Amino acid sequence: MELLLASGIGLLAAAGTWLVLRARTFDVVLGMTLLSYAVNLFVFAMGRLRVDAVPLLRDPALTPSLANHADPVPQALVLTAIVISFGMTAVLLALAVRSHLEHDDDHVDGSPR
Amino acid sequence: MSPSSLAAQLPMLPVVVPLLAGALLLALGRRGGPLAGTLSLTVLLAVLACAVALATRTADGTVLAYLAGNWPAPFGIALAVDRFSATMLVVAALVAIACQLAAVDDLAARQPAFPALLQFQLAGLNGAFLTADLFNLFVFFEVLLVASYALLVSTVGRDSVRAGVHYVAVNLFASALFLMAAALLYGVLGTLNMADLASRTAAVPGADRPLVEAAGLMLLVAFGIKAAALPLGTWLPSTYAAAPPPVAALFAIMTKVGLYAIARVGTLVYGDGSYQHVLGPLLVAIGLGTLAFAALAGLAARDLRTLAAWMIAGSAGTVLLLVGVGTPRSLGAAMFYLPHATFAAAALMLVAGLLATARGPEFADRFEAGPRPAAAALLGTLFVVCALASAGLPPFSGFVAKAILLDSVRGEGVTAAAWLVVLGASLAWVVALSRAGSRLFWKSQDAGRAAVGGGVASAGAGALSAIALLVAAGATIVVLAGPLARHFAAAGSQLAASGAYRDAVLRQQPVRRPAAPVPAGSMPERSR
Repeated sequence: MELLLASGIGLLAAAGTWLVLRARTFDVVLGMTLLSYAVNLFVFAMGRLRVDAVPLLRDPALTPSLANHADPVPQALVLTAIVISFGMTAVLLALAVRSHLEHDDDHVDGSPR
Repeated sequence: MSPSSLAAQLPMLPVVVPLLAGALLLALGRRGGPLAGTLSLTVLLAVLACAVALATRTADGTVLAYLAGNWPAPFGIALAVDRFSATMLVVAALVAIACQLAAVDDLAARQPAFPALLQFQLAGLNGAFLTADLFNLFVFFEVLLVASYALLVSTVGRDSVRAGVHYVAVNLFASALFLMAAALLYGVLGTLNMADLASRTAAVPGADRPLVEAAGLMLLVAFGIKAAALPLGTWLPSTYAAAPPPVAALFAIMTKVGLYAIARVGTLVYGDGSYQHVLGPLLVAIGLGTLAFAALAGLAARDLRTLAAWMIAGSAGTVLLLVGVGTPRSLGAAMFYLPHATFAAAALMLVAGLLATARGPEFADRFEAGPRPAAAALLGTLFVVCALASAGLPPFSGFVAKAILLDSVRGEGVTAAAWLVVLGASLAWVVALSRAGSRLFWKSQDAGRAAVGGGVASAGAGALSAIALLVAAGATIVVLAGPLARHFAAAGSQLAASGAYRDAVLRQQPVRRPAAPVPAGSMPERSR
């Protein structure tokens, strides 16, 4: 699972970076989206990969360590990050559309000249 | 609410008050009319009062910690105010007031949401200066950025939209890096509270050390993009030159947030000596490079706003140099320099805006011989005052700040390079500004075409009062130079030591409610 997740994050980040460096605003928006997916998964993975673990311990017999529960903090962080990146992508998309209308071209510098 | 309990909430007020006011102004919308501007100004004055109150309460070296939601320190989000944060709060409030004053002329009519956006921007700025939590810092960065995106394109034109796309894309990329670094620190150290991080980075086991260092450098890249440090700062001039002048004046404080974050995280989280030998020289090199590049680029600027924008980038370089040197004296000098640089740059941006209006859209603030601007004597005087202040010539605030900063790097091993670059940059700016002044004012053509821009006095009353406020703030720095220098020297020692900040945040106890005794055994189990 570690290998799958790590290579998934790497693939998303690589594809995102490549798209961000392209000269069309649509590609940049897509690249930012992929990058934010990679970041969100990365934040999520920083709480360690656990399957079937509870986030809050109710059983007093268990020692409160990460061996016995899933870390809820990254889950809360990733929720915040998803909302923020969603909103920011919307802003970037609106600007990109506006730029396309203003310049009649979707080059990131307006017109490539 | 009783006065004493309100006083306990004081650290939260600079964030909450503008947020609520922004929401109210947004709800008012177009119905607010001129009332919206008055309301916004009143709220900004209230925020300034809060900031001054915080500055006086922290002036003796106290660090005020505030636990949001009454959660104990490393678990909830903590805010903390020391001398450095309080200074930045006062500066941000003053610049926001100037921005609101200047916007009355023109911008507020074209963009009805302007007062609300300004409030949100100030809430984000203040939150970034106050928070003691790394993830919360990210959130406040986003709050101030999203407001700045909207402010930047509040006058839609080809240039501002193009600059907006660049600005948003660059900042989104920086935010992604910031988030990754914060997550990495959490994954290794298990906390996001900066005071708690500070006590854990020093004792991190050897195998995890590269991860912590990598996270620190990623944070440096993310903050460096926001502070417009050398290889990552080229977004700044086109963005600032495309923004409406009052917004560009407000943006003078925006790069300072990145600098604040570098100084805060660098001294607190990475304050341990074993990190400083990497971080210190790196920051010195970046600072010198940024300053030298900005000085050369300023010489090549072809309009006043671009020149002013490069001067903002140069001031970021100066502060990075001082933070990199990292002694209490140089940190104190950086804090003395920051308010001056912000006020001077904001004032110069506003003068450039007035000049562009007075010369008409054909010539704007480009360095071309155009018609003699209306009220040239007034504009010329303002230009000279702002130019001398920003370039650091006596008797203005820039000179005092420069003298203190040159003195503070003496005997630190980088003296020769620092003096050479700082003084060389000043010279370059004096040359660039003199050339600008002579092109804009002396080489102007016949007075017959002077009527192009109309009367500055009527069209620019708001901007003039804003410039007066900023210049007065700069003059106050000069008049009170002695006491302020002592205050900022103490602030520099406080920032360099960082122990008081750490203790204040981690030892702050949640408020106990006297009523309603908690039944035994009902407390939730805390893990970690």
